[in-house]
Amino acid sequence: MNKILKYSLYDLIRSRWMFFYFGFFLLFTLGLFWLSPDLSKVAISMMNIILILVPLIATMFGLMYFYNSREFTELLLAQPIPRRHIFLGQYLGVAGSLSFSFLLGMGLPFLFHGLFTSAELPLFLTLLVSGVLLSFIFSGISFYIALKNDNRIRGFSLAILVWLMLAVAYDGFFLLLLSYFKDYPLEKPALALSIFNPIDLSRILILLKLDIAALMGFTGAVFKKFMGSQIGMLIAFIALLFWMLLPVLGIRRASSKKDF
Amino acid sequence: MKKWLFFWMLTQLAQITRATLIEVCPDCNYCTPGEGILSAEAGDTVLIRQSHYYETNILIDKPLTVIGENYPVIDGQMLDHIITVTADSVVLQGLQIQNVGTSFIEDRAAIRVEKAKYFQILDNKIFHTFFAIYLAHARHGIVRSNTVIGQAVDEMTSANAIHAWYCQHLEVSYNEVARHRDGIYFEFVDHSRIFENNSHHNIRYGLHFMFSNNDEYYDNTFRNNGAGVAVMFSKTIQMRNNLFIDNWGRSAYGLLLKEINDADIVHNIFQRNTLAIFVEGSNRITYKENDFIRNGWAVKMHGGATQNHFSHNNFFQNTFDLTTETNGIDNSYNDNYWSEYTGYDLDRDGRGDVPFRPIKLFSYIVNQTPEAIVLLRSPFVGLLNFSEKASPIFTPTNILDESPFMKPIPWNQSPTHDSH
Repeated sequence: MNKILKYSLYDLIRSRWMFFYFGFFLLFTLGLFWLSPDLSKVAISMMNIILILVPLIATMFGLMYFYNSREFTELLLAQPIPRRHIFLGQYLGVAGSLSFSFLLGMGLPFLFHGLFTSAELPLFLTLLVSGVLLSFIFSGISFYIALKNDNRIRGFSLAILVWLMLAVAYDGFFLLLLSYFKDYPLEKPALALSIFNPIDLSRILILLKLDIAALMGFTGAVFKKFMGSQIGMLIAFIALLFWMLLPVLGIRRASSKKDF
Repeated sequence: MKKWLFFWMLTQLAQITRATLIEVCPDCNYCTPGEGILSAEAGDTVLIRQSHYYETNILIDKPLTVIGENYPVIDGQMLDHIITVTADSVVLQGLQIQNVGTSFIEDRAAIRVEKAKYFQILDNKIFHTFFAIYLAHARHGIVRSNTVIGQAVDEMTSANAIHAWYCQHLEVSYNEVARHRDGIYFEFVDHSRIFENNSHHNIRYGLHFMFSNNDEYYDNTFRNNGAGVAVMFSKTIQMRNNLFIDNWGRSAYGLLLKEINDADIVHNIFQRNTLAIFVEGSNRITYKENDFIRNGWAVKMHGGATQNHFSHNNFFQNTFDLTTETNGIDNSYNDNYWSEYTGYDLDRDGRGDVPFRPIKLFSYIVNQTPEAIVLLRSPFVGLLNFSEKASPIFTPTNILDESPFMKPIPWNQSPTHDSH
């Protein structure tokens, strides 16, 4: 598996898409720091990018890579290599190179601005960690979808649908549920609902690190207490890991059954 | 001519020195402030030399001028009251008074003025006290240029820096009050003025009015308090040129109005407060030429507010500009500048041609379902607000600014408190 991972990682890191992705984050982050001296504003803008763009690009890129390297994959399948090594290696290559570009693109400007020695370190670590986790989660999901669907158009539309559900529509249902049951105490259900969506969970983890959290009043206090406790952090982390593992398990299962 | 002048000066000098000067220092005839004050006659001046005195329960029951040289320290050792004034025309100046312990039975204070008139408390430093300056049934007094810094930890075990109860015609000015329960507290205090004070890091309110009428406060700074100013159950209060800044926290606000009638709020700056103005049950209030800058909520109107008129205010980048359940009766929001406004101005008269709706759908929803705030900054909420802005369905249609300004409104720079 390591060999496959190495090949796909090298292959991807040298591709111009990765340079483009890296350059985008680098320029965007530098631009933000240049435009605004206010750290909390910079963090909010970055949060928006991380929550929308990172999942979208990870989804698209995973699909593209899978479909484009199909012939190479078939060649590999003819060799005496376990199937799961091939697909997991490719998946980790995609997720790893996406995370690498993201980390470098956002991390370098942080480094220039001395954020790793400032008091804002937890906030920016949360930003970076959630970006990496979202890259892994969404490239995994797209890989699974691609494995299940040979029809590219179907694959793309399904993946986009999943992204749309998690990034946008989920919050709509969330809001509907909340307003429907508004006569009941809703802090705990809201907490549970937001843990089930990696994008919401990342957003809340980041928001709680910002001073804007004061706007969230009592509900925010409940969240902060939960996320501030060891159990809460553990549960949040397990939820994100679960989201990471779910597609990986799916990929393993699907790849061993798939008829090429 | 010179002779006459000399003679005139002599007589003047005689007049001044008729009042005796009593000196207090460890090696003087009077070793403690209490001894000096006890033996002074009405009209005398007691000069306290720089030293550290341990004394409590000093009673001033005759008109005296007590002056400290280089801030002599009067230390209460956390025991009892320090200075109590019961006579008219007392001046206390240049003292450093410290260490009054918490009491749950009596209102211990560093300086207590009771049933006295024409007192002046000037330029004192008061550290680590329960109440610092306590005025009861006092009239025509001045509290000016004092520095009062406490060590309040919670509301239960702390008290107010400057506390006035049943007073009239006070002037509280140029003081710095910090780390107490309330910075300045007025209960049943009428016809008084509060200006140029700096009130910060107080646990509850920077300034607190209860049942006080016809007062005014201006040119003050309220920074980083539990809440900047709370005005409750009071009538005709003038609030001008104040700075409400960084009153930030889960239940913090800049200005709280509760059961207030006939107030003017003019030329104030509200910056970075969780909630800049919280209005509850208040009537006939004019909000004019205030700046609301980067607050969580700029204005939150809560039940039973009538004739609240907002005009010529600037709203810059607040997370929510306005939240209200109903329009109430006869409240208006016309002629303001809103940085959120995206309309156009074809006839170039400086006013937008389409009305502005200050209530976002999300703030409306949050008002109904407070837990929905967990969706703050979610992309879906952005989408929702945008579609509601394009065609309003849910938000109250009668709350709008008919003629919003296209550019920030400069304040009308006429002097606002030249009448004093």
